[in-house]
Amino acid sequence: MAEAGAALLKVKDLHAWYGESHILHGVDFEVHQGQVVTLLGRNGAGKTTTLRAIIGLLRRREGSILCEGAETIRLPSNRIARLGLAYCPEERGIFASLNVRENLLLPPVVKPGGMTEEEVHRLFPQLQARAASQGTKLSGGEQQMLAIARILRTGARLLLLDEPTEGLAPVIVRQIGTIIRTLKQRGFTILLVEQNFHFAATVSDCHYVVEHGHIIDRIDNRELAANRSKLEAYLGV
Amino acid sequence: MFELLGVPPQALFGQLLLGLINGAFYAILSLGLAVIFGLLNVINFAHGAQYMMGAFATWMLLQYFGVPYWGALVAAPVLVGIFGMLLERLFLSRLYHLDHLYGLLLTFGLALIIEGLFRQQFGSSGLPYTNPIPGGANLGFMFLPYYRAWVVAFSLFVCFGTWFLIEKTKLGSYLRAATEKRDLVQAFGVNVPRMITLTYGFGVGLAALAGVLAAPIYTVNPLMGSNLIIVVFAVVVIGGMGSILGAILTGFGLGIVEGFTKVFYPEASNTVIFILMAIVLMIRPAGLFGTQR
Ligand SMILES: Nc1ncnc2c1ncn2[C@@H]1O[C@H](COP(=O)(O)OP(=O)(O)O)[C@@H](O)[C@H]1O
Ligand SMILES: [Mg+2]
Repeated sequence: MAEAGAALLKVKDLHAWYGESHILHGVDFEVHQGQVVTLLGRNGAGKTTTLRAIIGLLRRREGSILCEGAETIRLPSNRIARLGLAYCPEERGIFASLNVRENLLLPPVVKPGGMTEEEVHRLFPQLQARAASQGTKLSGGEQQMLAIARILRTGARLLLLDEPTEGLAPVIVRQIGTIIRTLKQRGFTILLVEQNFHFAATVSDCHYVVEHGHIIDRIDNRELAANRSKLEAYLGV
Repeated sequence: MFELLGVPPQALFGQLLLGLINGAFYAILSLGLAVIFGLLNVINFAHGAQYMMGAFATWMLLQYFGVPYWGALVAAPVLVGIFGMLLERLFLSRLYHLDHLYGLLLTFGLALIIEGLFRQQFGSSGLPYTNPIPGGANLGFMFLPYYRAWVVAFSLFVCFGTWFLIEKTKLGSYLRAATEKRDLVQAFGVNVPRMITLTYGFGVGLAALAGVLAAPIYTVNPLMGSNLIIVVFAVVVIGGMGSILGAILTGFGLGIVEGFTKVFYPEASNTVIFILMAIVLMIRPAGLFGTQR
């Protein structure tokens, strides 16, 4: 079942650098249409760097990143986004000089078929009440909701979510879990970065383990229980 | 007739008007600098030269093409703005990944070259430009030349129009967002390099617009920009680089302060802005409206 759809995103032998430091050393994985796929790994493993390389935020990257068959490795990030990818950064990236509504409406529509503002508000009711507040005046959880909400309007079908549960209270983590499952039902494809595999297990179809800039294992979510001790060793928990 | 501290009202209001005129130029120029610095992280030292180019474009449009002042008011900023966009594409855009200092040095060098070329071509004695709205009104307490009233009113309109565009519109929200996190805005699908080019063109166009307004007041002179820009940089230091409204208010405010100083203590009128700058630097290094970055 997991491999049923077409590969929406195919990353092959991806290398990436920050300045002189070589961070990704040949990352390979695929994300299929309609799946939720996680990149698991310890702090500093290269998960964020992988997402930033995919969306084109790194100056130097090599290898191949196919998005619906189109090579994006040499495209600038704005062209990559226009192919239907949307990025929700680890630090959330809420703009202090924009109010909540302006933050929500900022990302341009890149494809038809995105959610309307109304649908987004139905999914994130707390944002509507705070529409006129400064973006960064929201609580951490609300900022995370806003960071996810604003990329749902754009028509992008592949969402890159970097640790959306990091530092949030359990009740909000559960809420985010519900939202991710809802998005999956609505046909979004999601590449999720997580350190918390208990959370990842509740939303994902499959997990790739990242270590020192490589993918060192792939574990199907159905086989997670059987591989639990292996995974704990990878993550050092 | 009333008198204030022994100063006749004619002199007082006359200087106040001069102060407002200077303030208008300070405001428009520091506004352009703030917009450019915000998005490009470049301290545009060519701003004075671009202001001068605006004045020269006005003069040339009339002299060579018969385009009157009102046509030049639109055409000169557009032409000089396009010239600015070419500079940005050809030179500035190659420096963004380097330190601030490179952009500053480049624009400083460009200013010297541009001013040198104009001096070569037109000499430095200055060219006259006929006042498009001659005459004035006697208000009793002062004489108000129409052209100066126009400059103050139009500058206020331009400044607050720019403020509205940046702070209150969708287009402005892109600019504000890109000023904060340029890479992320681009990763959302916005063509940020093009936006940077247009923003630089807009800032340069503002400088040129100030040049158009200046042409009938001051003689059109290749060095008119380098004289003014020193004071404008002091204004920017006082106001701080962070805020659009700050640039406008500081510009007009300091023009008025300068005007009053001319009345009450003329000896200090050329230095008062620099004294204020020193005080502000001691108390609030980021400027009155600035934010540390
Ligand atoms: N801006 C940067 N400049 C230089 N090195 C960086 C930068 N960001 C991350 N790194 C390094 O890249 C490696 C991978 O980081 P990252 O992808 O953020 O890890 P993860 O998201 O898996 O925790 C780490 O060793 C980190 O120190
Ligand atoms: Mg990370």
